[in-house]
Amino acid sequence: MVNSGTPQHLVVVGGGMVAQRLVEALRARDDAGRYRVTVFAEEPRAPYDRVGLTRWFEEGPEGIALGDPDLWADPLVTLHTDRRIESIDRTAKTVTDRLGHVHPYDELVLATGSSAAMPPIPGNDLPGVFVYRTIDDVAALRGWVEEKRRCHPAGKPVRGAVIGGGLLGLEAAGALTALDAQATVIEFGTHLMGVQVDLGGGQALKRLINGKGIGVRAETATSQMRPHRRTGHVGRLDFADGGRLDVDVVVVATGVRPRDELGRAAGLPVGERGGVVVDLSCRTEDPNIWAVGEVACIEGRCLGLVAPGNTMAEVVVDRLLGGQAEFPGADTATKLKLSGVDVASFGDAHARTQDAVEVVWADPVAGVYKKLVLSDDARTLLGGVFVGDAAPYASLRPMLGAELPGDDPSAFLLPEGGGAAPGLELPDEANVCSCNNVSAGTIRGAVTEHQCTDVPGVKACTRAGTTCGACLPLVKKLVDTELERAGIEVSTALCEHFEMSRAQLFDAVRVADLHSFSDIVARFGTGSAGNRGCDICKPVVASILASLGNGHILAGEQSTLQDTNDHMLANLQKDGTYSVVPRMPGGEVTPEGLIVVGEVARDFGLYTKITGGQRIDMFGARVEQLPDIWRRLVDAGFESGHAYGKSLRTVKSCVGSTWCRYGVQDSVGMAVELELRYRGLRSPHKLKLGVSGCARECAEARGKDVGVIATDKGWNVYVGGNGGQTPRHARLLAEDLTSEELIRTIDRFLMYYVRTADRLQRTAPWIEEVDGGLEGVREVIMEDSLGICADLDAAMARHVENYEDEWKAVLEDPEKLRRFSSFVNAPKDADPSLAYVTERGQRRPATQAERAAGVVIAGPKLEVRA
Amino acid sequence: MTVNDVAEAPVAAGPAGPARWERACLVSDLFPERGAAALFGDVQVALFRLPDDAAYGGHAGRVHAVQNLDPFSGAHVMSRGIVGTRAGEPTVAAPVYKQVFSLVTGVCLVAADKTPKDGLPADLVTYPVEVRGDVIYVGLP
Ligand SMILES: Cc1cc2nc3c(=O)[nH]c(=O)nc-3n(C[C@H](O)[C@H](O)[C@H](O)COP(=O)(O)OP(=O)(O)OC[C@H]3O[C@@H](n4cnc5c(N)ncnc54)[C@H](O)[C@@H]3O)c2cc1C
Ligand code: SF4
Ligand code: FES
Repeated sequence: MVNSGTPQHLVVVGGGMVAQRLVEALRARDDAGRYRVTVFAEEPRAPYDRVGLTRWFEEGPEGIALGDPDLWADPLVTLHTDRRIESIDRTAKTVTDRLGHVHPYDELVLATGSSAAMPPIPGNDLPGVFVYRTIDDVAALRGWVEEKRRCHPAGKPVRGAVIGGGLLGLEAAGALTALDAQATVIEFGTHLMGVQVDLGGGQALKRLINGKGIGVRAETATSQMRPHRRTGHVGRLDFADGGRLDVDVVVVATGVRPRDELGRAAGLPVGERGGVVVDLSCRTEDPNIWAVGEVACIEGRCLGLVAPGNTMAEVVVDRLLGGQAEFPGADTATKLKLSGVDVASFGDAHARTQDAVEVVWADPVAGVYKKLVLSDDARTLLGGVFVGDAAPYASLRPMLGAELPGDDPSAFLLPEGGGAAPGLELPDEANVCSCNNVSAGTIRGAVTEHQCTDVPGVKACTRAGTTCGACLPLVKKLVDTELERAGIEVSTALCEHFEMSRAQLFDAVRVADLHSFSDIVARFGTGSAGNRGCDICKPVVASILASLGNGHILAGEQSTLQDTNDHMLANLQKDGTYSVVPRMPGGEVTPEGLIVVGEVARDFGLYTKITGGQRIDMFGARVEQLPDIWRRLVDAGFESGHAYGKSLRTVKSCVGSTWCRYGVQDSVGMAVELELRYRGLRSPHKLKLGVSGCARECAEARGKDVGVIATDKGWNVYVGGNGGQTPRHARLLAEDLTSEELIRTIDRFLMYYVRTADRLQRTAPWIEEVDGGLEGVREVIMEDSLGICADLDAAMARHVENYEDEWKAVLEDPEKLRRFSSFVNAPKDADPSLAYVTERGQRRPATQAERAAGVVIAGPKLEVRA
Repeated sequence: MTVNDVAEAPVAAGPAGPARWERACLVSDLFPERGAAALFGDVQVALFRLPDDAAYGGHAGRVHAVQNLDPFSGAHVMSRGIVGTRAGEPTVAAPVYKQVFSLVTGVCLVAADKTPKDGLPADLVTYPVEVRGDVIYVGLP
């Protein structure tokens, strides 16, 4: 049946990753609307990023959202969640769902994935035994561990075991430790990750895993899981060698089993080890039924990775639209996503190719093992294993099957800086992102043809790097090279006056010990005559000078560098008046304080509003009123809230343990302490902090640059969150810190950011750009990998010591006060162009129409009566 | 310091020259490299005193006057912009939406993807300035 006008009905069974890709690809390519699609998902939610499942613990469901949610709003797409399909009727061409509804199809795709395999060990159905496959699984696991911890006597750890030492098992073990449970990995084979890694690599890996505080028992078969006498929950593992292990929770990760039950029941052929058999076009024996992803048995086997599944989805879409695509074979490269443990392998990792040559580089002490597998002439790359240092993985993997440049392949294995690896120029066909099947050529094209100028742009344009992220270093390298080649300078210059980036200039100014714009521009400005800076570089220099402690921001030449907000120490509004925000640390304010704020606002006719940062903003203050307003506020004990600066704004807090019945720590006390510590700290962009008194997170701290959440044992700290146009959730940096450790950690985080971020770069994108991302930041500030922590600490100590209230200092200095006059020839006259109307009991600027219609109720000088 | 002792900016009042010279303030009332507003009846003028810095070339140490009305926001705030240079030309940046104007000619050099409000011209009117002794006079139409 060819295109008949009404669209054909495509039914997809299963709402997993591959189903999502299939629908996405179809909607992208089926311009003519030849198909409408209905997806039946057994899970009660839209497809999510199962590969990133472990991120759920940290980032919640948003963290593993998949693709553009608008896909499911497309009129030609229907998604039924929580709707398992129970049977297929091939003759009637219908499927029946769990509610008994019958749905006809023209074409049917099976994308039912796999289920976690459960080995037939007695006791495997005891409460406390989990698998690791879906969001429901990980949510149940977390609930169990938390419940166990609650019931345990204080201090006694929750003991966990993971059966299965493969990729998944190690990830699960990492998740258990992240949940603060002990973890022991039980592996039946000779070593961990036996599928991907050879024995030598497995041994290095064991050392790394032990280093994470995870136990490993290899060559161990579990014979029984025994219930605890009293609770009936799983309590002990018995091993075939007679050993045993007391446990409170068990995760089974011994492999997966294709969910081929529907196909089987419908009489479709299945593979020897399961899976619905398909040909290279992904079609089953039935010409109208296809199978993709983990459920498909292709070339005689099922593939447990997302990349080949996605390829199958693309093949089926092409076929449905009349194309001739065929499955090109699977890329089985894998990288372990366990933070702090670098393991990756690709190609023929076990050197099974005839006459293959292995080049190994091992440093047993450091737990590093790297191996390349090459053809017999030692030129063509056949595979590789990387443990402890996966840096070469990203650039070597796409060279699979190609000749390596240079004479000595071992050069690629030397530690970074230990030897110059020959430059790699990837061929256009090389597959850079295996998850999304993006070639080097496509990435280059994104720059040359689609005008992408940075990595986020290329990610959005090509999808490269959007799944597991392993390819990102290489994507960045390709993008940079291509930009350079295209003559699009990857310019980090601030503006025409400075060729340096903000971070470079910061260092230069610090090292050269310069203290004025004139000196800085003479020394580091672009050479051209007539360079006196501009509205871009001057505020940057102002911020650098302020961060390095150069006295009051209105002192001497510094005053010429300030944006009007900093210059007037208030926030410019659209009509040329300013808003005034006194600091209320942690959002705490006394009744007396509130009364003063109210009186000031009333007496000066200011519009008042509560800000999102838990303080009060007063609008409509004229330049010449600012000192009078501030004199009254300062007299009442208020100080500048720095709402005008690229600097610390507020530390938002919930009421915490002092009042709240759930609170476990004094969040307000901590917020006040943090706000008083970092007040006045100038930074590349505004900074916001938050503190919550328990995991309920009422302060929304994870929407802040630094979010602190109380735990029974101390504080967890999250970094890199923000609201605004591109909201970001902060990510976990460290757990269960004491107050002292917490402050030291935040000190260093903020100072490192202040010193190295770009102009107007908030913490989230900054973290992304730090070498190694969040992990890199953690190494620098918690493990002192750059040896700069003492310096960062000292810098913050200086900041704290030198803090003074900017407004108080202005009020004490007649020379600074002189700046706050409306007109140089009439210092107290109001701007005659201002006009106001009343709305909801307060005044606001009149609109153009209101001015024209003469409804203006007050000029600048008339105060509004209550 | 040296200040300009002859009017040098194009004159708002046309070929006949300014209709009147108004006293604005003392030179020392102005902070170098920052602006200040002056009020003459309904007319608001932004005054800028450039510092004695070689980067300003022939303009070093001189006083410039432009309209205080920011054409892109409609607010009278030009005097509060950051002073600097673009390709050697002395400039001021509007504090609201950051357009950049020449202090010498008033021409809008960088519009920053915005259009002026209510059909106002994008360029600023400039006013002639005379310094007599220590006193700054602005020529008004
Ligand atoms: C923790 C973890 C980490 C992983 N890490 C990686 C990695 O780093 N790299 C990698 O390549 N792969 C990884 N994988 C594997 C990857 O997630 C899978 O290969 C991929 O999700 C397969 O997609 P799929 O659509 O075939 O199956 P799934 O994503 O499993 O989706 C199948 C869906 O179909 C539903 N379903 C089944 N039967 C029916 C029915 N009868 N009716 C309706 N719905 C049904 C299921 O409930 C399921 O939601 C990981 C997996 C896990 C669990
Ligand atoms: S976060 Fe916890 S302590 Fe704070 S208000 Fe909410 S429930 Fe109470
Ligand atoms: S290889 Fe996984 S996102 Fe690119």
